[in-house]
Amino acid sequence: MSNELTRANEIIDSYGCQQCNLIAIMQEIQAEYKYLSEEALTLVAEKLGISTAKVYSVATFYENFSLEAKGKHIIKVCAGTACHVRKSQPIYDAIHDYLGLTGKKKTSADGVFTLETVACLGACGLAPVMTIDGEVHAKMTPEAALALLEDIRKEESGK
Amino acid sequence: MIGTKLTRDSFHVFQANARNALKQSEQVPSVLICAGTGCIAGGAMKIYDNIKAECEKRGLQVYVGLKHDTDEEKSLHVKMSGCHGFCEMGPLVHIEPMGIMYIHVKPEDCHEIIEKTVLGGEIIDRLVYHLDGVAYPRQEDIPFYKKQHRVVLENCGRSDAEDIEEYIAKGGYSGFEKALFEMNGEEICKTITDSGLRGRGGGGFPAGRKWEGARKQTSPKKYVVCNGDEGDPGAFMDRSIMEGNPHSVLEGMMIAGLAVGSDEGYIYVRAEYPLAVSRLKAAIAKAEAYGLLGDHIMGTDFSFRIHVNRGAGAFVCGEGSALTASIEGNRGMPRVKPPRTIEHGLWAEPTVLNNVETFANVPLIIRNGVDWYHSIGTRTSPGTKAFALTGNVVNTGLIEVPMGTTIREVVFDIGGGIRGGKKFKAVQIGGPSGGATTASKEHLDLPLDFDSLKSIGAMIGSGGLVVMDEDTCMVETARFFMEFTQKESCGKCVPCREGTKRMLEILDRIIANKGTMEDLELLEELANTISSTALCGLGQSACKPVQSTLKYFRNEYLAHVVDHHCPICNREKPHPIIDADKCKGCGKCRKNCPMEAISGSVKQPHTIDPEKCINCGACVGNCPFGAIEAAKEG
Repeated sequence: MSNELTRANEIIDSYGCQQCNLIAIMQEIQAEYKYLSEEALTLVAEKLGISTAKVYSVATFYENFSLEAKGKHIIKVCAGTACHVRKSQPIYDAIHDYLGLTGKKKTSADGVFTLETVACLGACGLAPVMTIDGEVHAKMTPEAALALLEDIRKEESGK
Repeated sequence: MIGTKLTRDSFHVFQANARNALKQSEQVPSVLICAGTGCIAGGAMKIYDNIKAECEKRGLQVYVGLKHDTDEEKSLHVKMSGCHGFCEMGPLVHIEPMGIMYIHVKPEDCHEIIEKTVLGGEIIDRLVYHLDGVAYPRQEDIPFYKKQHRVVLENCGRSDAEDIEEYIAKGGYSGFEKALFEMNGEEICKTITDSGLRGRGGGGFPAGRKWEGARKQTSPKKYVVCNGDEGDPGAFMDRSIMEGNPHSVLEGMMIAGLAVGSDEGYIYVRAEYPLAVSRLKAAIAKAEAYGLLGDHIMGTDFSFRIHVNRGAGAFVCGEGSALTASIEGNRGMPRVKPPRTIEHGLWAEPTVLNNVETFANVPLIIRNGVDWYHSIGTRTSPGTKAFALTGNVVNTGLIEVPMGTTIREVVFDIGGGIRGGKKFKAVQIGGPSGGATTASKEHLDLPLDFDSLKSIGAMIGSGGLVVMDEDTCMVETARFFMEFTQKESCGKCVPCREGTKRMLEILDRIIANKGTMEDLELLEELANTISSTALCGLGQSACKPVQSTLKYFRNEYLAHVVDHHCPICNREKPHPIIDADKCKGCGKCRKNCPMEAISGSVKQPHTIDPEKCINCGACVGNCPFGAIEAAKEG
């Protein structure tokens, strides 16, 4: 086992290698590594004594699991009903264009941002909302959203 | 006291002490900072820190828990409460005992709040809620709250969500204590059945009957599962309860455990609600520390443990059998029923599965009795219902009203009518599984309860009320919900997997004005087929938004199909206009446009492409020559 998987190994052990904790284990691994690599999933299958097909089937069923590496900062634009009727789509579109994303690509070419939608954050009173790395930004406009990204980008290039 | 396992007697002593402490605390001024997801997003944590810092500066003793000694002359009680519900106006700060509520509070206002209001008793007008020129400094006078009847949410916004002592002081865990020592399983089930409590998750199935069904199962192992997978976009009642009053959910589950003979419970919470997960976990740890959860609770033979499971982003997991599959670590797919969950649920054992709000009602019913419960609401739907009121309404937020309150009262009295003086068009009730109601008098005066809504093809669902104004195209709304259910379809049964996809294609065609009259017929046929053949509730109800909009807003479909022009979707988008005479062609607007919608050569008048323009107004503010006129509201 490579060194990179040490943390994953510890996580699986902390759940007692039980199959019923499969989802929780994968959530924690993803929180650690930002995504679920093939190696990590294989390790999970081995340690839980289940087939890799089974692990893969669960990992691909749930929206929150990602099998691909993501950008450094994760943007989620809420596409829930309340945000939708308060015009969240133009915000998504503006960010999509700003990041130069095309087709199914969700991560910007420089690997700084990943753009996703989320079904509903339950912060409907503040619609439209988006989150950047889990922090909720309320009452967004396309302009305000781009300004936030601009700030992050500046910070990143300054490093 | 922490670490002491309570017995029945010591629980009573603890409760009496807590009540005294609560009384003493109420003598001291309190500052409650709303710490719901909404207000935290607005900066509530910073406000909390600033209030504490302001107190320290003045040598004011700050109490975080309840106040136990009265020696301190100058003191202040600062707490983070659950959601106040008025999320639109957040961050909210509430000051007791004056009952003052401040809205849109900023961290820099804290100095003034302490100085003027807490110490000086003066009201800061700028932070007070105003409506039609009238100031409403006291929370209870604000029209948004006045028409509400808060039972389940009563403690949300008044209590410190993380303080078990305060919960007990306010009567918490005494329902459980009564059930534990004075009632047997059959009696508890009978009380819940007699109360008429119906499942708040949407179905409205009588909770008592469900419990009785599970109680009669002979299996030695049974489970209690709480469904906190509030997936309907536009609903956040359960989130607020889990965040604002987590102990009420635990207590409800413990009573269910007593009723059916179960010693283990699971709460399944949506992945998008991290705060709810941490509050529930903290509440469980506190209850365990006092011996209210765990082995031999209060010295009896009853043991009960509760686990919290996080969802991973699948709407279908709100369906009972999919939810239990997900807890087991499988793909969250529903299965054919029967057998029902009460016979064959989690790990194939008998399981009581109820929604968060249902469990939160249980302790109140046991404590206050069946007659009290029937005094609220309607005959067939007693009690209250929490709704998430959102959309194009003036006051959005979390509300709780007696069952049977009319849509008119909710939208106009509590919601304050439609934003921007627009006309009211519809309310979508129950999210993607529900239907739309119209602006007709008959619909507006319809009581919100389980049975009345069914009669018009809508359902109470989990309680999301999304208000739409005249600028909302109902075909587009139906398409939005269909896109959601289509995306969330788990793919197990053909009607839902294939049918919703075809319906979405047809709706896309209609929105693009390329639909035909045959498409409308096909939509109806598909909707009827899917609703009668899909495997689970998600599929069966997926067509409701289409069916109800086809019924009540057919003319909007006809505008798309017959006229090939929808007055709402196809209206010209408002966008700023550049005055060619004033424009010097400096290019500043072009560089500032986030959408690259402005073009033109240097020193030549520029133009805006209305297709690309999102009307953000960046160009208007940046023009040094005042050549760009802001869009007129269309």
